[in-house]
Amino acid sequence: MNAVVTANGLSKRYKNTLALDQVSFQIESGRIVGLIGPNGAGKTTALKAILGLTDFQGQLNVLGFDPRTQRDKLMEQVCFIADVAVLPRWIRVHEAVDFVANVHPRFNRAKCEAFLARTKLTANQRVKQMSKGMIVQLHLALVMAIDARLLILDEPTLGLDILYRKQFYQSLLEDYFDENKTIIVTTHQVEEIEHILTDLMFIRDGKIVLDADMDAVGERFAEVMVSGDKAETARQMKPLDERQVFGKSIFLFDGADRTTLEAMGEVRRPSVSDLFVATMKGTYA
Amino acid sequence: MKTFYWLVKREFWENRGGFLWAPIVTGVVFLVLNVMAIIAAEVMGARHGGFEIGGNNLQELVAKASSGDLAKIGAALDMTMLSVMGLISIVLGIVVLFYCLGALYDDRRDRSILFWKSLPISNTSTVLSKVASAMVLAPVIAVVVGILVGLLQLLIFAIVLSLHGINVWQLLTLAHPFRAIGSLISAIPLYALWAAPSIGWLMFCSAWARAKPFLWAVAVPAVAGVMVSWFGIMGLFDLPTTWFWSHIVQRVLLSVFPGSSLVFNKHSLETASDMNGFHNPLDLLAPNYTYGLLTTPNLWIGVAAGAALIAAAIWFRRVRDDS
Repeated sequence: MNAVVTANGLSKRYKNTLALDQVSFQIESGRIVGLIGPNGAGKTTALKAILGLTDFQGQLNVLGFDPRTQRDKLMEQVCFIADVAVLPRWIRVHEAVDFVANVHPRFNRAKCEAFLARTKLTANQRVKQMSKGMIVQLHLALVMAIDARLLILDEPTLGLDILYRKQFYQSLLEDYFDENKTIIVTTHQVEEIEHILTDLMFIRDGKIVLDADMDAVGERFAEVMVSGDKAETARQMKPLDERQVFGKSIFLFDGADRTTLEAMGEVRRPSVSDLFVATMKGTYA
Repeated sequence: MKTFYWLVKREFWENRGGFLWAPIVTGVVFLVLNVMAIIAAEVMGARHGGFEIGGNNLQELVAKASSGDLAKIGAALDMTMLSVMGLISIVLGIVVLFYCLGALYDDRRDRSILFWKSLPISNTSTVLSKVASAMVLAPVIAVVVGILVGLLQLLIFAIVLSLHGINVWQLLTLAHPFRAIGSLISAIPLYALWAAPSIGWLMFCSAWARAKPFLWAVAVPAVAGVMVSWFGIMGLFDLPTTWFWSHIVQRVLLSVFPGSSLVFNKHSLETASDMNGFHNPLDLLAPNYTYGLLTTPNLWIGVAAGAALIAAAIWFRRVRDDS
């Protein structure tokens, strides 16, 4: 067991809403965890608690530190990219690199400059002159040059075009991630990250409603395409969700017997987004 | 230490306009206005047949001057050199005031605090680097610029007068540029201590306010002052109402303006009212008088209040969670 984050009974209350409600989970080293939930479910609050940016009740241990009191120590090992708007607008590329190089003990300047050389960014360019995609390239170059153990991404590709989004995750996988690193990512663009995730966590109304690795998800959940005559049988097996495509019904089952399902029709592994929609039914109602 | 140096450097990058360019632009504008005034005077003088005062040539005037007159000429030259510093001081006060109000607020508003807080830097270092920028970095730059522009100003005057046949070196020996430079530099540590309660209060508002730190910073002391005046609360302590305005309101808001301490210095008031006598303006800035402030509780209570407010600002920097 090599836990990077251990949360026990984590709660956070804003004035009249409970953002996190007695949440407990554990994240191990070398994983890529997708933390997925509807707007206002508590994703960002959970990440902020891990980063020491907010107070909370309960126990939380990140790499052996208490994020509330040891944030400055913790951040030597943890990197964070919130959405693209958080780099200060006045800063120039070379200033950002100089600054991080001199205050971060685990920053590799050569690595950062190599990443930047692959972009169109120039040393004297200010953040306010950059497009969103360029800002995220700069931020990614800074972060990937830091030898951290935990990388937290909160909607990192919000508002980027598809070229930048693809490039973002590709760089992360090819040039950054290895078995000593852990990535926690939240996003609404689930389709883009589902093939890179090793673990999946669904959060709803401050509670974790699903916490499993991707293999377990594949074993537990199944999607069956059933023709009209067998639909009634399938409905009796209490599917999570049902939808119609080309006159056939697609049912999503949680923990149903494989052989029974295979008898009814073609069985597939459900996509994370379909699973998400089915799990979160009625959230905004 | 290295981290702290880079934190201060970052403040300089972000506030280059206020810290560096504001005093330089002020100084240059001042010089340009002076040169224009000199040219205007020359043109007028030429029209009226030579540059003469009271029928005498300037050179004769200097030659015939008594020692008292020479002291006055020296004082006038010192004044020439110092006047630009006066202007830059006002600019410095405004820059520091708004810098402090924005220092712990602007990055919360534009959410770049999420970037700064993702680096392994403690809140204490961050806040202290901003305090150091306001207390030391900004005044040092202002004084250096003030001295350079002052010397340039002196040089320009000397050159203009020498064109009228006056011995420049004789004039310059009447002035006291080195004493002026020494006085200005010595004023920096005193400024840092004197400005502490203002810097502390403004930074506290900057770290604490969820919106509009300027309004809070001004409204709280002003409303308190009005209440105190209305209800005559100071009477309870056997003090006049003006005491509250001068010792609380002014100290938390206006002490960022260099020279605001002169009001509390008896010696300086006497000197100022005595200016028509033989006093030199440098007497106002002489360290052996200005540092008399170190013996007053006013200064030290202010420093303590400033330290407490900065500590509170550090705490709020950690817990304010609105980005």
